[in-house]
Amino acid sequence: MISFAMIYPEALIAAAAMILLLWSAFRGEKAVREVGAAAFAVIIGATVLLMRQSGKELLFHDMFVVSDFTRLAKGLILAASGAALLFAPGYSIKGREPLKPEYFVLILLATLGMMLMVSAHDLIALYMGLELQNLALYVLVSIRRDEPKASEAGLKYFTLGALSSALLLFGLSLIYGFAGSTSYEAIADVLARTKGIHYGLSAGLGFVLAGMAFKISAAPFHMWTPDVYEGSSTPITAFLSAAPKIAAFGLMIGFLGGPFGSSLSVWSSGLIAVSILSMFWGSLGGLPQTDVKRLMGYSAIANMGTILIGLVVLDVKSVLVYLAVYALGTLGVLGGVTLMRRGGAPVQSIRDLSGLSQTHPVLAFVLAAFLFSLVGVPPLAGFFGKFYVLMAAVSAGKAWLAVIGVLASVIAAAYYLRLIKIMYFDEPKGLPLDPVSGKISSVAVGLLAVATTGFVLCPAPLIEAADRAAKSLLLP
Amino acid sequence: MTHTPWLSLMTFLPLVGVALLALLPKGDNERTAAFSRWIALGLSCLVLVIALCALRAFDPAQAGFQFVEKRSWIPSLGLSYHLGVDGISLWFVVLSALLSPIAILSGFAVKQRVRSFMAALLLLETMMIGAFCAQDFFLFYIFFEGVLIPMFLIIGVWGGDKRIYAAMKFFLYTFLGSVLMLVAILAMIQQAGTSDMSQLAGHKFPLQMACLLWIGFFASFAVKTPMWPFHTWLPYAHVEAPTAGSVILAGVLLKLGGYGFIRICLQMLPDASAFFAPLVVGLSLVAIVYTSLVALAQTDMKKLIAYSSVAHMGYVTLGLFSGTREGLEGAMMVMLSHGLVAAALFLCVGVLYERLHTREIARFTGVADVMPRYAGAMMAFTLASVGLPGTSGFIGEFLSMQGAWLYDGRVAAVAALGVILGAAYMLWLYRRVFFGSPVRQDVQAMQDITLREGAMLVPLLVLVVFIGLYPTAVRSVYQKSLEKVGLPTIQVAEVKP
Repeated sequence: MISFAMIYPEALIAAAAMILLLWSAFRGEKAVREVGAAAFAVIIGATVLLMRQSGKELLFHDMFVVSDFTRLAKGLILAASGAALLFAPGYSIKGREPLKPEYFVLILLATLGMMLMVSAHDLIALYMGLELQNLALYVLVSIRRDEPKASEAGLKYFTLGALSSALLLFGLSLIYGFAGSTSYEAIADVLARTKGIHYGLSAGLGFVLAGMAFKISAAPFHMWTPDVYEGSSTPITAFLSAAPKIAAFGLMIGFLGGPFGSSLSVWSSGLIAVSILSMFWGSLGGLPQTDVKRLMGYSAIANMGTILIGLVVLDVKSVLVYLAVYALGTLGVLGGVTLMRRGGAPVQSIRDLSGLSQTHPVLAFVLAAFLFSLVGVPPLAGFFGKFYVLMAAVSAGKAWLAVIGVLASVIAAAYYLRLIKIMYFDEPKGLPLDPVSGKISSVAVGLLAVATTGFVLCPAPLIEAADRAAKSLLLP
Repeated sequence: MTHTPWLSLMTFLPLVGVALLALLPKGDNERTAAFSRWIALGLSCLVLVIALCALRAFDPAQAGFQFVEKRSWIPSLGLSYHLGVDGISLWFVVLSALLSPIAILSGFAVKQRVRSFMAALLLLETMMIGAFCAQDFFLFYIFFEGVLIPMFLIIGVWGGDKRIYAAMKFFLYTFLGSVLMLVAILAMIQQAGTSDMSQLAGHKFPLQMACLLWIGFFASFAVKTPMWPFHTWLPYAHVEAPTAGSVILAGVLLKLGGYGFIRICLQMLPDASAFFAPLVVGLSLVAIVYTSLVALAQTDMKKLIAYSSVAHMGYVTLGLFSGTREGLEGAMMVMLSHGLVAAALFLCVGVLYERLHTREIARFTGVADVMPRYAGAMMAFTLASVGLPGTSGFIGEFLSMQGAWLYDGRVAAVAALGVILGAAYMLWLYRRVFFGSPVRQDVQAMQDITLREGAMLVPLLVLVVFIGLYPTAVRSVYQKSLEKVGLPTIQVAEVKP
């Protein structure tokens, strides 16, 4: 007997996405507002349904798992998607192709894919969720057809994404070939029976990890990140910077911690190398950037490296806390960028920030809060993520990795500080930016800022939820 | 516990001020500026009053922590909101509470973005007092590191010409030190299973691990104190910071390093401290002699005083790691005295800077003729900085030298050289700026100190002389607590494989 309550959130999003797609097909572009509002309502509804669930269960012939862990990861994904929806008004530019209803439908579909990724308990389910997410994201990145940079970004993202999906699929098929099953349980059984890991399985695992590293933009599979971040419209960049990362880590925790949990030593050394490389590449590569969005791309690379520290020691709690506070920071910065306009056109160059504290004191203040949070300075939220990840490394006897991590974070601090310096220490240059208009986006950015600065007052709910999530997995 | 939450009040009252400032109507006109100044001054004075009440209510006969407040904060990790002061930290709290209104008063000279400036100073006060009160390691780190944000902005927004370089260097340098400390804190919490600082003080770490932890903490405190050769950020930060920033930086922030050495290195890792003591003593000696020589060569007054701060901090670390009771007490006294004297000296330089907008020593001669009262005050602080008997500077330097003597006669000899050099650069500075006859027209036109400037300097002057004549008043409060601090004497500790 399947209890369908466990898939209500996913079912709601799937049904709503299809209905809204039809609706917008009939109503045409007039439907933007109502589809947008409906999509937001669906996200809220799915969150409510998610919160009403409890317990751990396997559904659909063990293909789909629901637990405290998947619930928290999905909750974070939904929150990030909701924020990205609220940034949507930042998409429209006077005299350009207007926002289309597909934007919202695609975000819903991508969100659905991410939720499936988190709940995947079988290689097929894993790949299905991943591809649903990917296809929706490829379109979203290049949704602004009249913009050459967006097309370029979409093409790059698609080509490299398809390559990485192929690698991943090849890895999955190797695993299937050598384990004889796509089910996580069966793979775990095979690994438990044999002494050590078969070379075919480890080769398959290697390919899967390479494909996943691409999805989370970890070095050396990160090349697409700055270009795609720069080329997509800012609300999409914000979406890309948070939700897919949470989903990919959810998937990796389920996959690596589940069937391959017993062969931690096989994959952890490779991931440690990826982690260190990402932290340094992201930190050093960000230094010479002149575009805020490209810079956030490098920041993503560096942060993913840091989260990988939590993953290689399989400390689920630290990974979740870090993901949550990182999402706050990156959504906040990119959300703030959606509010920056000059003469109606969006600006995204670092130079445009100069003297922002004098022309737009409130915007400058919230951006500074997000940036300090990304630096990891207490008492802002970002510090807690760093704290838990470093704690995880130290508890696992990998203090040296923690030291490498903090050294890289000092390098990265330099470019966040440069942004703050330009906003606060420099005089305004050139034409002033327009006064902040977009009400909905401003409210969303404001809420993120409150969460970032106020987190220190009441960190317990998130941390306890992450704790429960980690316990629900019962990792080795 | 039902007592008044003195410490929380002191820590968070300035934050209330920040909120009030944020609520003021928009715009940066004269009225908002005036309001912000008086709100900031009022609240920081209130904090000072509370601090003095706490000082009165404090029972010096007890060595333990008082006014303890404890609330659960992140239960799953055993972290708590835990505040408390003993005789050592209480003095630093009082020092912070005293210097904050003085710094705010000196900040009245700031004309741009007054509201943000006052908010930054108040935020700084919260972080400083919090750091000295925190009894939970995690909380300590939050406050300790939180200091960076307002200070970075104070230097960068309201600083001099090279403010951006100075602010970046200040932030990145200190940040590098403190993230290494963060790893050490985590390892400590992990090993001992508690983040409570007084429990950690009783926990014994294996020597090998203790040494690694010690290096992590040293990275942070050596930068913060600052010790030679980690001091290079300080001259820039001081020179570029506005007067109010320099006052807080020299008066309180540097003491966070010394406080950390006492509270963490000496109390929690005594064996490792003993192991590394020769290193620290060596670096301190270099700091005392080398930075004094560097100070002699300076042409900028603020830079000179900044280098003299490094030299004075050399006495602090020398005393702390000399492994003697006298050295420890000396370090404590040097810190308190330097907090008052260096703050006052920076205020004095600020007085001149506000008049002529330069700090070049060569630009001034004969200031004593045109500003006699100011010259008198500066003389007193100069002598206190040199360590003249009868001023607060003497007690600390004397005890610290005594500690050095007991540690090793040669060390004391070298340190004594620093005292001579200290007298040389301070008195030479005084001669060049104040004596002679005022040649330049703009120097002749300078007005003597105003009421506001007097209000900043007089309390410091009174305290410097009072402590110099009657040090027991200060000593009696911290004595019991300081006796609990273990001495880093070399013991043959067993190294377990």
